[in-house]
Amino acid sequence: MILFPSGSISSEVWLAVVTCFAAVFTQNILLSYFLGMCSFVAVSKEIKTAVGLGAAVVLVMTCTTVLNWMAYWWVLVPLKLEFYQFILFIIIIAAFVQFLEMVLDRYSPSLYLALGIFLPLITVNCAILGAVLWMVIRGYSLIVSTGFGFGCGVGWMMAIVAMAGIRQRLDESKIPAGLRGPAITLIIAGIMALAFVGFTGVLQ
Amino acid sequence: MAELFISVLVISGIAAGLALLLVLSEKTFQNYGPCKIVINDKKELTVEGGKSLLASLKAEKIFLPSACGGRGTCGVCKCKVLDGAGPLLPTETPFLNPQEQKDNIRLSCQVKVKKGLSIEIPAALFDIRLYQARFAEATNLTYDTKRFRFQLVEPATMNFTAGHYVQIACPVYKKGIEEVSRAYSIASDPKDNRFIDLIVRRVPNGICTTWMFDYLKAGDAVELVGPYGEFRLSDTQSPMVFIAGGSGMAPFVSILHQMRNVGSTRKAEYFFGGNGVRDLYLHEQMAEFEKNLSAFKFVPVVCKPSPEDNWQGQTGLVTDAVRKNFTDLSGHEGYLCGSPGMIDASIKVLIGLGMSEKNIYYDKFS
Repeated sequence: MILFPSGSISSEVWLAVVTCFAAVFTQNILLSYFLGMCSFVAVSKEIKTAVGLGAAVVLVMTCTTVLNWMAYWWVLVPLKLEFYQFILFIIIIAAFVQFLEMVLDRYSPSLYLALGIFLPLITVNCAILGAVLWMVIRGYSLIVSTGFGFGCGVGWMMAIVAMAGIRQRLDESKIPAGLRGPAITLIIAGIMALAFVGFTGVLQ
Repeated sequence: MAELFISVLVISGIAAGLALLLVLSEKTFQNYGPCKIVINDKKELTVEGGKSLLASLKAEKIFLPSACGGRGTCGVCKCKVLDGAGPLLPTETPFLNPQEQKDNIRLSCQVKVKKGLSIEIPAALFDIRLYQARFAEATNLTYDTKRFRFQLVEPATMNFTAGHYVQIACPVYKKGIEEVSRAYSIASDPKDNRFIDLIVRRVPNGICTTWMFDYLKAGDAVELVGPYGEFRLSDTQSPMVFIAGGSGMAPFVSILHQMRNVGSTRKAEYFFGGNGVRDLYLHEQMAEFEKNLSAFKFVPVVCKPSPEDNWQGQTGLVTDAVRKNFTDLSGHEGYLCGSPGMIDASIKVLIGLGMSEKNIYYDKFS
């Protein structure tokens, strides 16, 4: 088990912070791996809704990465059932989102209004599953995984909020009819991705 | 072999555990205990919290109108919530104009009962209730339209105003179909209140019409909820123009019965449009109304008559016929029933001929 594979806890925490930054900038899950595109294109029309959806993704991604790490390393690996990871991860993500929705609905109506209404969209967001699978493939420890999940979420949120800001300004510009809507959004996403390539090399 | 067994067991175990967790949390988190709903400051109900206001009221036999069955897509189930509804949801805003939002109007299917609520609903809604009925017979009107007659069983009579509609509950008649309810205008004589007639045009692959046309057999038990609606004759004596197409005939049949029952001498011209001659129906009944009502005229209009039809009457769109027949409609009232496209076009024409917008009443299919 690789709970603390190399050295002390403090170096683990440092690694988690670095991984988190890498997930936000150099390996942004949306702009480098193009995961979670459907809600990115659909819900990036307004900054306010983009912030709500983004925050929900950060929350769900962080929590499900941790939960799935436990399920993978503590249940599947000891029983040699790794091939079940896809089914198990999806079940856990879906159940967690449902659970979260119920809790928010009950205890925090304001948070439910801000985040809760986006939760059903997130269950099937491939970025969430993507982050979990990267964490398994790269063999991160629990602490590093937590940082990675949080970083992936923040990176995704940053990308969608930036896109929403651009699209709000786009309303004023003259775009050829055939390019309006999702088409220009995808082109912009491509240009943003190119810009993010500039971050490569910031972190080794 | 043992490995296979263990793997199945583990995965089902985890899935079952998660399902159990969700069921338990639903029981605890979604359990709001008994909640009190005060209606119009008079009536008090105690319901189990956690469901939508629409569903909670329905369980108490108070039926707010709803065409989509609580999915938040029709915007019909509006009701005034004075207290206890929480903030307006994004699912409601598209259906509420700024004035309604200021007046605390909400979509009752989106408002969840979590604590005591104070609401206001029209008093007439208390008369709306569930009727057990029996399907009596169907009459073919055109190639795709039938008149369905239902005999009321419990309660045995329904007091409705001509122009009102009922909702018919379509059961799960085959696998993979959800229970739905659909609204249809009543097409029968308000005096003969033991029967309800509905005029239904078959919708290709429609859930409810397929059931009515292909599955419903004489004697079958059917549930109707009603009567609903605001579409009815005004109390003035102004001359009227009726415009309808397709199954939009229904409320006018009822209205004409009503006019005959009271011996109305009010002037009325009824323009009924069809694509071809085969879309027209109820000629004999209309002729009878013309005989019994001194100031009523029925004008069938055919859009594209084929030569073999030998059509002698008016041709073109129903709006063209209206324009041809009138030069000034100020002081007239307009009553419209049909597809949204037809209604919007007709409103434009009527206003163009001088009719005041507040004198135009309509029942739009959606």
